[in-house]
Amino acid sequence: MATRLASVPVAETYKVHARLDGVTRIYPPRAGHGEVHALGPLSLDLRAGEFLSVVGPSGCGKSTLLDVLAGLAVPSAGTVEFEGKRVLGEVPDGVGVVFQEDASFPWLSVEDNVAFGLRRAGMDAAETRRRVDFAVGFMGLKDFRRAYPSQLSGGMRQRVCIARTLVLQPRLILLDEPFGALDQQTRLLMGDELLRLWRETGATVLLITHALDEANLLSDRIGVMAARPGRFIDIVGTGWPRDRDSRLAERPDFGAVTARLWSYLRGESLKALQGSSPPLGGEAR
Amino acid sequence: MISKATIIRTVVLVGAVAALEVACRTGAIQPALVIAPSAMVKALAETLQSDDFGGHVQQTLSAVAIAMTLAIVGGFAIGFVLHWIPFLRRAFNPFLAAYYAIPHFAFYPLLIVIFGLGPAPLIVLATLFAMVAMIVATMAGLDRVPRVLLKTARIHRLSLMQEIWRIRLPAAAPHILSGLKLAVAYSFIGVIAGEFILSTSGIGHEIAYAYDNFDNPRMYALILFVLGIVTTFNMLVWTWERRLARRRGMAS
Ligand SMILES: Nc1ncnc2c1ncn2[C@@H]1O[C@H](COP(=O)(O)OP(=O)(O)O)[C@@H](O)[C@H]1O
Ligand SMILES: [Mg+2]
Repeated sequence: MATRLASVPVAETYKVHARLDGVTRIYPPRAGHGEVHALGPLSLDLRAGEFLSVVGPSGCGKSTLLDVLAGLAVPSAGTVEFEGKRVLGEVPDGVGVVFQEDASFPWLSVEDNVAFGLRRAGMDAAETRRRVDFAVGFMGLKDFRRAYPSQLSGGMRQRVCIARTLVLQPRLILLDEPFGALDQQTRLLMGDELLRLWRETGATVLLITHALDEANLLSDRIGVMAARPGRFIDIVGTGWPRDRDSRLAERPDFGAVTARLWSYLRGESLKALQGSSPPLGGEAR
Repeated sequence: MISKATIIRTVVLVGAVAALEVACRTGAIQPALVIAPSAMVKALAETLQSDDFGGHVQQTLSAVAIAMTLAIVGGFAIGFVLHWIPFLRRAFNPFLAAYYAIPHFAFYPLLIVIFGLGPAPLIVLATLFAMVAMIVATMAGLDRVPRVLLKTARIHRLSLMQEIWRIRLPAAAPHILSGLKLAVAYSFIGVIAGEFILSTSGIGHEIAYAYDNFDNPRMYALILFVLGIVTTFNMLVWTWERRLARRRGMAS
């Protein structure tokens, strides 16, 4: 049977799917502290169809990177491109984002949450239903279609948000610590689901995570960020087969990659811990 | 099933009424102070049948209805504008903060001078009294819309109108609703208290008149009537609110 998700063979159309070139982001001064240099200068070529993870100490500018890439924030310097076109203060068509914070709509049921984007885009009812059915099933929310977010756990709400993004069939999917609220076992399973989704749709995925083994398991490449202002210390290629799942962790060479990530990050995390970064901010809801 | 809370509430209420009844009948409380609840009910039945009563009720309730509508619609509109335009908000914030420290009723004579002797000054008074609660609640609701929801609106590339209608207003709805409940209660208070002080008709005035004439049965009958109306109205709003909450899956 053909997949129920239309695949988007971005890899055949583009080589570089999205590009950050010399991007910095400086937050203007606010009451209490001066301006915050959150990000960059940083450059990245996101290859079409790849799965790239970004790891780094908290507060290093990962969420800021995602905002800039998605067109939700304008870089203070540098340029952002998606599918060959400049991104300028507007989210381009084909980009889907799952935020770190819970972004489900408490006034809509699960299925209405998931259908939100399709209805706004004027999709006809039959196709909307088909895609919602698929996404709800894919995310394991079948029994909760008519439930409201207040009746769900944090992890399930996050899955609602993922489903709401999926139905739009984005060509570039940006995920900001989407599994933060999940326990370790569910995390592993969701990781497998994410890999399946990535394979079936052919979309490009950028995943922000703080779990090093998760980044290792899921990714073709892993960008390791330095403490604020965030820049890439290195981008580690894993060379894992496209057809992979969580059993990858049993491979003898798996641990070596995680160890390499940690050797980069130990020092940076210490810096972030002792450092001058103002508390909270991006992490606070 | 009847909950424990309902049982406790009923017992306390019935107990208090029964105690009052006993105290009045045995003479422990003089009829010049309080009359027995049974006598209040009887007096209410008589009052409801008196000729002029309907006119007073109609006058009071229509004043409340107008004040309530003006306060809710106007309060929402003003709250929305102040939320949207920060410098206006900074200009008016001190007034809003100090508003309920003002003894509004002291301005009633002035309002009569401006608006004449009809129902207008009373309606203006009640509207002013009720509207600020709605303004403040509307602003609070709009202020607290989570930023991530606004980002989600941009991801879905909503227009400004869609963002307001589809995201901001539903997200702010619980606060706006509580402002609406306050505006309803304050409209009743504003009208009836205003009538009490200075009007020549309306339920509030009738209560004051009965009081001045030592007509205890009629006074308590009217108080009972006001209580009944306000309670009924509150129940309606409460039921409506519960239904909205249940639609969000939040009702117990
Ligand atoms: N709106 C903002 N205004 C000012 N500073 C901000 C804002 N958002 C984030 N920051 C700061 O920018 C830095 C990076 O934040 P963020 O991108 O959320 O980091 P991460 O996602 O890696 O934890 C942090 O020091 C944070 O306090
Ligand atoms: Mg973050």
